[in-house]
Amino acid sequence: MVDNILNSIIHFYPEIAIVVTLCGIIVADLFVKRKGHTGGVILFGGMVVTAVLLLVQTGWNNSVFYEMIAVDPFALYFKLLLTLATLFVILFSMKSRELDEYSNRISEYYMLMAGMILGMFLMVSSTNLLLMYLAFEMTSISSYVLVGFTKKSDKSSEASMKYIIYGAVASGIMIYGISLLVGLTGATDIYAVNMALAGDLNQPLLLTISIIMIIAGLGFKLALVPFHFWAPDVYEGAPITITAYLSVASKIAALAMTIRFFRISFSDLSVADDGAIWSMLDVLNWNVILAVLAALAMVVGNLTALRQDNIKRMLAYSSIAHAGYIMMGFVILTNEGLSAIMIYVFVYLFMNLGAFYVAMLFSNQTGTESIEKYKGLGHRAPLMGVSMTVFLVALTGFPPTAGFIAKLYIFGAAISAGWFWLVLIAGITTVVSLFYYIRVVRNMFFYKPEEGAEKLEFDAGTKIILLLLLIPTLLFGVYFTPIFEMARESVQMFGM
Amino acid sequence: MEFQLFGIGILTWIVFLPIVGMIIILLLPDQSKKAIRWTAATVTGLQVVLAGVIYSLFDRSMVGINEADSFQFVEQFNWITVDAVPWVGRIEINYFLGIDGLSVLMVILASIIGLIGVISSWNIEKMTKGYFALYLLLVTGMMGVFVSLDFFLFFIFWEVMLLPMYFLIGLWGGPRREYAAIKFFLYTFFGGVLMMLVMLALYFSVAYTDAATGESVHTFNLLHMMNPENYVDGSILSGVDTTWRYVAWLALFISFAIKIPLFPFHTWLPDAHVEAPTPISVILAGVLLKLGTYGILRISFPIFPDGTEYFVYLMAALGMISIIYGAFCAMAQDDFKKLIAYSSISHMGIVVIGIAALNTQGMVGGVLQMFNHGIITAVLFLAVGVLYDRTHTRGLYDFGGIANQMPKYTGIAMVGMFAALGLPGLNGFVSELFSFLGAFEAYRWIAIISVFGIIITAGYILWTVQRIYLGNLQEKHKTLEDLTLREMLAFVPLIILIILLGIYPAPAIELMNASLSHLVELVTQGV
Repeated sequence: MVDNILNSIIHFYPEIAIVVTLCGIIVADLFVKRKGHTGGVILFGGMVVTAVLLLVQTGWNNSVFYEMIAVDPFALYFKLLLTLATLFVILFSMKSRELDEYSNRISEYYMLMAGMILGMFLMVSSTNLLLMYLAFEMTSISSYVLVGFTKKSDKSSEASMKYIIYGAVASGIMIYGISLLVGLTGATDIYAVNMALAGDLNQPLLLTISIIMIIAGLGFKLALVPFHFWAPDVYEGAPITITAYLSVASKIAALAMTIRFFRISFSDLSVADDGAIWSMLDVLNWNVILAVLAALAMVVGNLTALRQDNIKRMLAYSSIAHAGYIMMGFVILTNEGLSAIMIYVFVYLFMNLGAFYVAMLFSNQTGTESIEKYKGLGHRAPLMGVSMTVFLVALTGFPPTAGFIAKLYIFGAAISAGWFWLVLIAGITTVVSLFYYIRVVRNMFFYKPEEGAEKLEFDAGTKIILLLLLIPTLLFGVYFTPIFEMARESVQMFGM
Repeated sequence: MEFQLFGIGILTWIVFLPIVGMIIILLLPDQSKKAIRWTAATVTGLQVVLAGVIYSLFDRSMVGINEADSFQFVEQFNWITVDAVPWVGRIEINYFLGIDGLSVLMVILASIIGLIGVISSWNIEKMTKGYFALYLLLVTGMMGVFVSLDFFLFFIFWEVMLLPMYFLIGLWGGPRREYAAIKFFLYTFFGGVLMMLVMLALYFSVAYTDAATGESVHTFNLLHMMNPENYVDGSILSGVDTTWRYVAWLALFISFAIKIPLFPFHTWLPDAHVEAPTPISVILAGVLLKLGTYGILRISFPIFPDGTEYFVYLMAALGMISIIYGAFCAMAQDDFKKLIAYSSISHMGIVVIGIAALNTQGMVGGVLQMFNHGIITAVLFLAVGVLYDRTHTRGLYDFGGIANQMPKYTGIAMVGMFAALGLPGLNGFVSELFSFLGAFEAYRWIAIISVFGIIITAGYILWTVQRIYLGNLQEKHKTLEDLTLREMLAFVPLIILIILLGIYPAPAIELMNASLSHLVELVTQGV
């Protein structure tokens, strides 16, 4: 027993690094003066170390801690993405003026972020229903507090409250579903679940109910329609750094967990590679159900985004829509679909964080998040304007940006699997999305700045962060072999 | 045919020179407007020189279309390759440029119009740097479409044009520029999405076997897509005359028809034209509209000959409606620019019925009309621009007797007008005649009805000439200056081309004859 644990530890170094970092932030908070971003610096350092430790794991494909946690290329890919997103959000947080007001408890903020990233790492790699749920909750609880971090703002408190209540209900439903599944199959390990389903399990109704409940819980985290009601309010109320983090990182983590759960539990693992997806659960046509969910997310997200004036809200709805596009790859669930998803989230990380970053810089300077107030921004701060244009155009899926590649692969996967109606909806909603993205661009460039509005100046650090997001968004649009290769190699999950 | 400068092929030069110019312009300070203008003029001027080289070296006997080794100035290397993915085989995207008789005239047209556009943009004072940077990006996009032989590359160039165009209309346009810009953008983006879906469907349906390794390679290569043997069994677009192939043809057709623009997808055009600044109208009507018909000829016809045969009457009928409807609409306008815009719809309709005839006369007429209309419409929009610059109005009833005050201008504008009307001896006549000849042979009634469009055209053009140039000169126009040297510089080459090709069209026709005959055979007999 001890042997197993000791042998497992070596696979767990990245997570341990995060735990150490978390403790380090708490300790530092006790001894260092409470102004400034010491916590952020520590977390940043910790995440860099984590990244290095993760890279060591390249190519590993193991299961550790009594088959609780998988250390496989699939998890590695998502962990690297999560680390990247975290690094960016830490940098954002250091530049954020919104957080300045709370500088005496800023270490708390970074500590919670460390907790959240730990939770997300576990979400990505756990192969046991129990651990999945715990990881899910760990992520959620940290994020509830982070959403309400700017507590002097009414909106922030309200958002936090809403998030907790909705979140608790969702996770309650999910644990109910999980317990049904565990009761039916007698297993908490998802491979065991798979095996139980392969055997004689004559409980189609209960099984279906349990899966639907689990989907509801995961759908909540992914902000899928119809479980999306929390997202706009929470995104609007949360500090913008956290909004960015939620819309990218926590979504990626939830996605990875969802994929692993469904792919392992419900496909016939005895058939090599792509065969027999969903075959373990043929009571309902799951592909169609998920396709309808994806279509709903695209339609509702895009149409509602059209009417928003707050940039955070607009981006919130846009991210609901993007969840829909991502779901398209999930509907297919073949390796092709999954690697399309992995390419998508990689690109999405850069373009969405980029858009949030510009939004944050703008609200730093002007204190507003209204899209109307973006009028003339392109003239007041050309680099901001041009970058925002690139990010938004990439979100639309326009060549030659990386966003186009993302859409191309996801649409391609759907077409090759024969989901024409779904692709058609995706295509039409993409055109719709152009309308609200371009509205921001129009405001930035087609109007003169108001009288007396000065040029906005930014320091070199701000610009460098911006370029770090901008360059990949453009570069991967014309040369995307590396992402594709990476996604292709990482699509293997433990035991498949 | 190979031709390289510094080890880089001539087509790469002609496509990416404007990008080089754009980068230089972006590095120049805002105030040095002179340097910015001259940079733009230099790169587009060099494009014209390169187009001249291409014209003189072009081998008129090589057919191209679907034969890889009879394309000219070919440049091909792997751009993106992903090896042996278990579930789709090897993936390949090529940087594949080349021209044949179908594209050579369009390359020449794009280079000429590109330069003319710069000359007529000379007096743009508002945000000069941004204007010329976007302008050059636009030129790269349109040139790129004409030389791409890889669908992926084609699509990227195709979409790259939209954003600069959006800004050029939206920032430098007239009072309703925003509305016009977003309408243009949404329409064409919608077309782009449809094209992307077809592109993907084709991609998954086409795979050729690599001779060296024996692997199955999925590719965006247009020439491979034209070969029925490369279709994977059981894929969506394999086979002949299947539903999905028809659907794909229609989707592709809509995306091209929006660009042409063909009735009923034309409504963005009058708005875009009226609001766009003069040089952008020139580019739009002179080159961008041709991309639609070019795409049909380059992609729809050879890849989907079955769909083409099936829908050819629909296409011809829409062409006919465009001719008649566009002409009537033009007649009803009292805004000079809107009139030219609607006349473009009408004249592009002639291209459509010409190419839909699926015979050599019609095809030659259609492609020649693409070139001629590009030249003529450039003259007409420049003519509108000259008046608008001086009087800030485009109302047809606001003028009269301009001939007395501006004789040089009137002379030039009249040549353009009469060429548009299809007067023998000017270039419009030749191409319209060929188009109608071809159409008459293929589907008599549609051709007969379409020819009435010419009469309506004669009606509105003569009426316009009368309203603007003849009659009594108004008091307020007694101080108008005649053309400046710069304006002459923009007009004269176009006028020379109009007259030259009107009297002796052979140099243009012999460029494309071989290719278009082959295209006709390919579509009708599957050669």
